[in-house]
Order: sequence, then C-alpha cells, then structure tokens
Amino acid sequence: MSKFKKKKKGMPAVNTASLPDIVFMLLFFFMVTTTMRETSLQIDTPSLPSATEVKKLEHKSLVSTIYVGKAKDSKYGVGYNKIQLNDKIASSDQVPAFIINARTKVSEAEIPFMTTSIKADKKSSVGTITDIRLKLRDVNALKVSYSTNTGSDIR
Amino acid sequence: MARRETPEINAGSMADIAFLLLIFFLVTTTMNVDSGISKKLSEKPPLDYVPPIIKERNIFEVNINRNNQLLVEDERMDVNQLKDAAIKFIDNGGGEGKMVDNVSTGLCDYCKGDKSVTSSDHPNKAIISVQSDRGTEYGTYIIVQNELLRAYTELRNRLSQERYKISYTELEKLYRDDKNNEDLKKKVEAIKLAYPQIVSDSEPTSAN
Repeated sequence: MSKFKKKKKGMPAVNTASLPDIVFMLLFFFMVTTTMRETSLQIDTPSLPSATEVKKLEHKSLVSTIYVGKAKDSKYGVGYNKIQLNDKIASSDQVPAFIINARTKVSEAEIPFMTTSIKADKKSSVGTITDIRLKLRDVNALKVSYSTNTGSDIR
Repeated sequence: MARRETPEINAGSMADIAFLLLIFFLVTTTMNVDSGISKKLSEKPPLDYVPPIIKERNIFEVNINRNNQLLVEDERMDVNQLKDAAIKFIDNGGGEGKMVDNVSTGLCDYCKGDKSVTSSDHPNKAIISVQSDRGTEYGTYIIVQNELLRAYTELRNRLSQERYKISYTELEKLYRDDKNNEDLKKKVEAIKLAYPQIVSDSEPTSAN
C-alpha cells in the first residue's frame, strides 16, 4: 500500500533573492528625492489655508521661508502670531536681516528672482503678515508667495 | 585532495538592512512641492510721492473686519458672492474710448459687462482694493484674495476661449512647457494685458 502513498511534497520556497534588489531600487529612489528639512520648526506645523489659484514655487534655492504660527514653547506666549526665521522665534524687525542674509547665498543676478514664502497658520492675524510685508518692502524683496494647500476653503 | 568549496555568504539579512534604510528615508522625506498665492508687492514710494487721483468708480473696495466679515462697496456680502461681484466690476467696461500710449483706456471691446456709469471704465483701470483689519484671520484674507484671483482667471479664460479657442489656463500651461514659442508668448501677454490683475492691499486698520 505504501507504494501509493502520496509523496509529501512541501511547498516550494519562493525565491526571494531579488527582494534586496527591489528594495534597493526603492531605497535609491528615496535617497535621491529626499530633501532634509533645513530648519526645525519652533512653531506648531501651521495649518495652511487652502486656495485654488495657486502657483508652484520653482527654484527651491531661491526661496526663503518665513513661518508664522503658534510657538511650541510656551515661554514665547500663546497666540498664533509668532514669527520664525531660520531656527529662532523672532520679531518682524529681524526680517530685513534675514532676507539680506539669504541674499548672500545666491549670485547677484538671481537676487531679483528670489521669493519669500510665507507659511502662516490660518488663525494668524493679518496684522502680523502686514508687518512682515512692510519689512520685506523695505529691503526690496517684492516677490511674495502666501503658501497654501490646493483646494477650496469655501463652504 | 578534497577540494573545499567556498561557503556561500548568507545574504538573507540583506533585505532587512535595505528595508531599514528604506524606512529611514521614507520617514525623513518631504516631497511637498511648495505652492501658494504669489503676489508682487509694490515698491516703497518715495517720500514726496503724491498718489494719483483715481476715479471713485474705478475702485472696488473690499473691507474685511476683525470678525472676518466682508463689506464690499459699502454693502455686506458673503464670500460666495465675491467672485461674481468682482467679475461684474472688472468686466463692466463703461468707458467712452480714447487712446493713451496705444492702450485704450476707455472703450473695452471685449467686455461683456453692463456698461454701467457707476462701475469701472476698463479692466486695465479697475483697481480692487482690499483693506483688512489687523485682527482679521489670515485664512479669511487668503480666501478673499483667492476669490478675487478666481474672478480674473474666469475672465481671462473666457476671453482666451473666444480669441484662441483654448482656455487661458491651458494656454499658460502650453507656454510653460514651451518657453521659446513666440506665438504662445504673444497670446499669453495679450490676455494678461487685457485683464491685468490689479489687487492692492491698503494699510490695515488698527485692532485697538
């Protein structure tokens, strides 16, 4: 009888030899596309307003970002009107210095194309934005982009 | 003599290592493309600057108070109606027509508005002035700006569709992909000139 006993055959192992290759491919993709965050946020990640008429910001090296929102550290007080320049919470008086410093990093010919991106929280007040805007105007940094999500906020 | 085979290196954990790296990069990656409403600020006026006199009818006043309510041309308005009101104002075309520097400052031959005498003369004269309070929420401010830009986009699309049988949005996209195309450039410039975006921000009123 044992002649007819079915031979027990284990499931053939799936060949996983190419798995590292696939994973490496993905790995390289992410390595190449990664941009590390240059600054650590001192404010809560702003919840940006939404808009439909948006333009994409090109040339990342020519963009300097100003964050406006609520400070993570409560020693700066509450409220959504704290300004972050580089790594520090600052006041609007320091905006010109920030812009001039950013200008030293690019070539002279590219200065007119520099854009200031303002990433402000929905709950920030227009007064703070205006203060920044006036300071930007003082140093002739006239291209401004109000960073938004894409979509519509209108109910 | 027995030949010894070189033992194979066990590569089983290679995948684990690669996965670990992969996950690290996945977490640290920020792929967001920064996009937003772009604006060009006006230059700082010289000290002895005298602002030009602008006819009342060519100004479209939008006020946002600190409670985020809208006052448009002295009437309360919901933000939903702002776009249509702006279109009506920009596209009014009530001027009589005279040429200054090869730009027609009066008669607007492509406008489809009411030609009302109390509203704007020509799209290139129509100024939208946004005044907000210092205490206005930034979100509301952006919504208003966006609605005004939408009004311009709609008008530009309409004109472009009429002239070139293609919407302005498409036209702009084509031009972006093909920057050296003189014909496209001319078309884009023509539409931009026909409906220039003139949105000014006046100094906000104080909250205190």
